[in-house]
Amino acid sequence: MPLVTVENLSLRYGANTVLRDVDMVIEPGEIVTIVGPNGSGKTSLLRAIIGAEKPSSGRVIRKPGLKLGYVPQKLHIDPTLPISVERFMRLTHPVTRKDCVAALKRAGAPDLMKRQMSQLSGGQFQRVLLARALIDRPDLLLLDEATQGLDQPGSAAFYRQIEEVRQETGCAILMVSHELHVVMSASDRVICLNGHVCCAGSPAVVASAPEYRALFGTGTGGALALYRHDHDHAHDQCDTTREAAE
Amino acid sequence: MMLDDFMIRATLAGVGVAFAAAPLGCFVVWRRMAYFGDATAHAAILGVALSLAFQMSVFTGALVVALLMALTVTMLSRRGYAMDTLLGVMAHSALAFGLVAVSFLSGVRIDLMAYLFGDILAVSRADLAVIWGGAALVVALIGWRWSRLLTATLNEDLAYASGFDPRKEQLFLTVALAVTVAVAIKVVGVLLIAAMLIVPAAAARNLARSPETMALTAAVIGGASAVAGLRAAYVADTPAGPTIVCMASLVFACLSFFPSRAQGRR
Repeated sequence: MPLVTVENLSLRYGANTVLRDVDMVIEPGEIVTIVGPNGSGKTSLLRAIIGAEKPSSGRVIRKPGLKLGYVPQKLHIDPTLPISVERFMRLTHPVTRKDCVAALKRAGAPDLMKRQMSQLSGGQFQRVLLARALIDRPDLLLLDEATQGLDQPGSAAFYRQIEEVRQETGCAILMVSHELHVVMSASDRVICLNGHVCCAGSPAVVASAPEYRALFGTGTGGALALYRHDHDHAHDQCDTTREAAE
Repeated sequence: MMLDDFMIRATLAGVGVAFAAAPLGCFVVWRRMAYFGDATAHAAILGVALSLAFQMSVFTGALVVALLMALTVTMLSRRGYAMDTLLGVMAHSALAFGLVAVSFLSGVRIDLMAYLFGDILAVSRADLAVIWGGAALVVALIGWRWSRLLTATLNEDLAYASGFDPRKEQLFLTVALAVTVAVAIKVVGVLLIAAMLIVPAAAARNLARSPETMALTAAVIGGASAVAGLRAAYVADTPAGPTIVCMASLVFACLSFFPSRAQGRR
């Protein structure tokens, strides 16, 4: 049984239709990426999957007992709220210190346990968010523009971390991203969203789909060129490039 | 009997309110709902008027109106009104309606000042039972939902992803707030309830490195302010409720001069 099945999902705010007739399935262990322009309903789709948005029609079926790990697009901690990384990690689940350390290490942020959340840099903060999402050993990890505010080497390292997480824990990953070139090389499947599913499939299939080109590729400029640049090379060479960029 | 002494009853009442207000006040500060306390408290004046008109206890009247008010604000805020606008509208209209309603009560000359500023020195044993009962209820409620409330405060989507509805948690907070206002109305009065919520919590921020220690520190600061404030009011013959809040404010002022420990280390 798939982890999540989205059937005919539509979402409306008043007269404004954000999503219409979206169908998608997430199988165990796969990395799925949602791409789409601003306002295409990417975040809304993710929020519908975690149950934060009620579908206007259609439904979201989660496998019974499914454990979700969620990394939000932005998490603002009010400066009046004192909270250490360790306490933040224990926010929703009672966990041992050892699990805390392990999760932080897996997310690439060891040694931060005792710090206050307010003292973390942008990159450290994202890693702690990832660690918190991982601590309960989720079946599905959801990342919403998780590399926002990171520079290019930082986000490349972050995505590499996520691939490692999948290899180590076997959890499925659903992410929303605007960094097309990185995402395309890291995903098993890509869903191109613009209010509805424009096209979906392996990165190569999506990249050559006319719907995708209509959204992202105007001639040779912009993101498509970036994407082609990466995809023309073999995967390991791609990794070397990112390594070098760091 | 110890409780025969009005000063001891007053002190116990003040400490009881401080304990209930401390954890709640922390959430009010963290969620930037400072005026929520004000608005609920102002609405309670309308409750006082209604309770006098229908001959209910002041506690019941204040509780009902504070609850209605809190629920209305929570509901309307989901319809896209900005929270501060909403609270401003509700706070002032509730206060105005309350004052107008009071004027209709012919024959009954009520001492509005007593409800605005409280009369902690007149606390009876029955009041004390209501205060400590209410405080225990609030502390138990907040303690029970602590983790979820904290998650919902940090990020609503984290709450959804963990499998619970943050709006339900907000409801718990709303109810606790209404209970606290109703309980505290006799002690510190309507105008000072919001102060008892916010000032000790704000003062505790500088000393705390975790949400839990902040709530505990706020309870200690609030309790100590009640004790010291009552003592000072007795000695200097000043109004008791405001003196308690003055004490808490002084603690806040003193602590604000020190660099925050939370930011100071590493």
